[in-house]
Amino acid sequence: MNTTTSSIEGPPTASRWERFRDSYLLYSFKRDLIAQISLLVFVLMVVAAVLAPWLAPMNPYDLAQIDILASELPPFWISGSEDAYVLGTDAQGRDMLSTILYGARVSLIIGFGAVALQAILGVSFGLLAGYLGGRIDAFLMRLADIQLSFSTLMVAIVVGALVKAIFGGATFSAYAVPLLVLIIGLAEWPQYARTVRASVLAEKNKEYVDAARTMGLSSRRIMFRHILPNTLSPIFVISTVQVANAIISEAALSFLGLGMPETHPSLGSLIKSGFDYLQSGSWWITLMPGAVLVLLVLVINLLGDWLRDVLNPRLYKG
Amino acid sequence: MTATAIAPSHKAPATDADRTLLEIRGLEKRFSLSGDFLEQLKFKGGRLVREQKFVHAINGIDLDIRRGEALCVVGESGCGKSTVARIVMGLIHPSGGEIHYDGTRIDDLSTKSLMPYRRRMQMIFQNPYASLNPRMTIQQTLEEPIRLHHPDWNRQQVADKVAEVMHSVGVAPDWGKRYGHEFSGGQRQRIAIARALAVDPEFIVADEPISALDVSIQAQVLNLLMDAQQQRNLTYLFITHDLAVVEHFGTRVAVMYLGRVCEVAPTATLFATPRHPYTRALLSAIPRLEDDRPQHIRLKGEVPTPVNLPSGCVFHARCPHANARCREEVPTLIAHDGGGRVACHAIEEGRLV
Repeated sequence: MNTTTSSIEGPPTASRWERFRDSYLLYSFKRDLIAQISLLVFVLMVVAAVLAPWLAPMNPYDLAQIDILASELPPFWISGSEDAYVLGTDAQGRDMLSTILYGARVSLIIGFGAVALQAILGVSFGLLAGYLGGRIDAFLMRLADIQLSFSTLMVAIVVGALVKAIFGGATFSAYAVPLLVLIIGLAEWPQYARTVRASVLAEKNKEYVDAARTMGLSSRRIMFRHILPNTLSPIFVISTVQVANAIISEAALSFLGLGMPETHPSLGSLIKSGFDYLQSGSWWITLMPGAVLVLLVLVINLLGDWLRDVLNPRLYKG
Repeated sequence: MTATAIAPSHKAPATDADRTLLEIRGLEKRFSLSGDFLEQLKFKGGRLVREQKFVHAINGIDLDIRRGEALCVVGESGCGKSTVARIVMGLIHPSGGEIHYDGTRIDDLSTKSLMPYRRRMQMIFQNPYASLNPRMTIQQTLEEPIRLHHPDWNRQQVADKVAEVMHSVGVAPDWGKRYGHEFSGGQRQRIAIARALAVDPEFIVADEPISALDVSIQAQVLNLLMDAQQQRNLTYLFITHDLAVVEHFGTRVAVMYLGRVCEVAPTATLFATPRHPYTRALLSAIPRLEDDRPQHIRLKGEVPTPVNLPSGCVFHARCPHANARCREEVPTLIAHDGGGRVACHAIEEGRLV
């Protein structure tokens, strides 16, 4: 679809790179300033977050480096700041810049981890439901309906509170990241399942699936090798939106005190920790990570928007 | 009609060239229109009743396909031609009747025990734009059936086989790295034929393989299919509605109407002396160059809906020769001296010659 220009007259063998170079995806990307800026900002943020241990001036997890006397220092453009703390410090004397870098890392890990889990569950269930149909379809889709009727946050709060109550706060803190991935991942798989199922229903009546069946291929191979690659476009699109959603869910949970502990803050728990000091004038503790969170979610959503426009052929502009 | 199972006649010696390869006995297929159980419940006269509606796509078909022949199935849209093809290939399960392949009943086999037959019978589809997976290269598409049916072959053997079938359908070997959408309809159909030939089948079901193609390409693909038949000693079940193709291609022709076979005959016989009233009307509809005043047989009315099947002969409402018996009794295929078989009371009684 993307390489309609390179038909038979084109080069005899188009390599993967050449195909990408000729693709509509790249063409539209080159023409979309918002997409370019969004991708740039997103890549910068991901790189900064991944390289946090080397970029950050101090390690906010290391109690030895924290100076309680240097708490609530303002950012550099306000009088009373110290040069060592460019974006100021929080109530415990942690450097805001370092904490935000480490926090963004936690937020991104949880966001991508949760989406990976959602995608694995949702794609598998969606493929099974759509391809096999019948009772399996009815069962899985009712399961999805039930799951969707509870809001993500409610499920997360109940599960989080239960785990905290049963295993205690210390255990919860130690396993907070995998737990949050699990909670957010389990809460939103129906999004994937429904999208994939709808695509599978459209694909499975096409003749190439019949051809694969008359060949004698197993259902599993037909589902994963033949149908799944043809349903990837919508999966990509919802993945971007779901990453943003998962990051926000995690921030909301942390803000409610059911997410990352303050010793290992994510962006959400940073916002929460600064919230108590908002009235006392230390606005930067909340606002700085808040701005980073908003920017991160915004660029992901903008990228998702652009990708949806590109991958939906009905929106092709001639 | 004659849904009684007839014992397969596979006692004939294997050397017999006329041996029947595929037998279809009393085949029936209904498709439900009524949805699931809750949707079938209806209030009628104050009572809750369960009501089911069916499309009767195939209503008792008996057909034999002999080794080495090309049996063409013709009929208008919706008469069940494609459904027969899909049932034979095991894509859908019949509601009744049996299918025997080379003496073995195959319609009730499990997926696993069907595997040897999958290799021996292949299918070519109508729409070459949909029958190739858009995310797979031609090489991958052609390798897949070979790897599946010859798991012990090494990489070189598979590549050789792919090159061989590509060559035999006139596809350049360097096309293998490309995707299906880079080709025209005729080229794609060649690739689809290559995929079917890749596992060396002996029987090919072709479901309107040329009707989606440009007229200039149709002859090429048709000749390709005929060449393949000669070189590989193939047997075809060829579904089409193009009577010119049938005359050119078919060894025998089966004419279908509303899910039943009304006439089976050798191609030359059928085109020279069509017997069944429907076949006569169908053949008279072929445009002829030499005719300045065409003698069309005009049928009255429409094809009845397959939901409420007419009693007796499915053709009686439109047949000029129908009488009371036609409205009540389902005609069976009866052999006549021309070498064919025809399902018509009027011919059986001698009312129609």
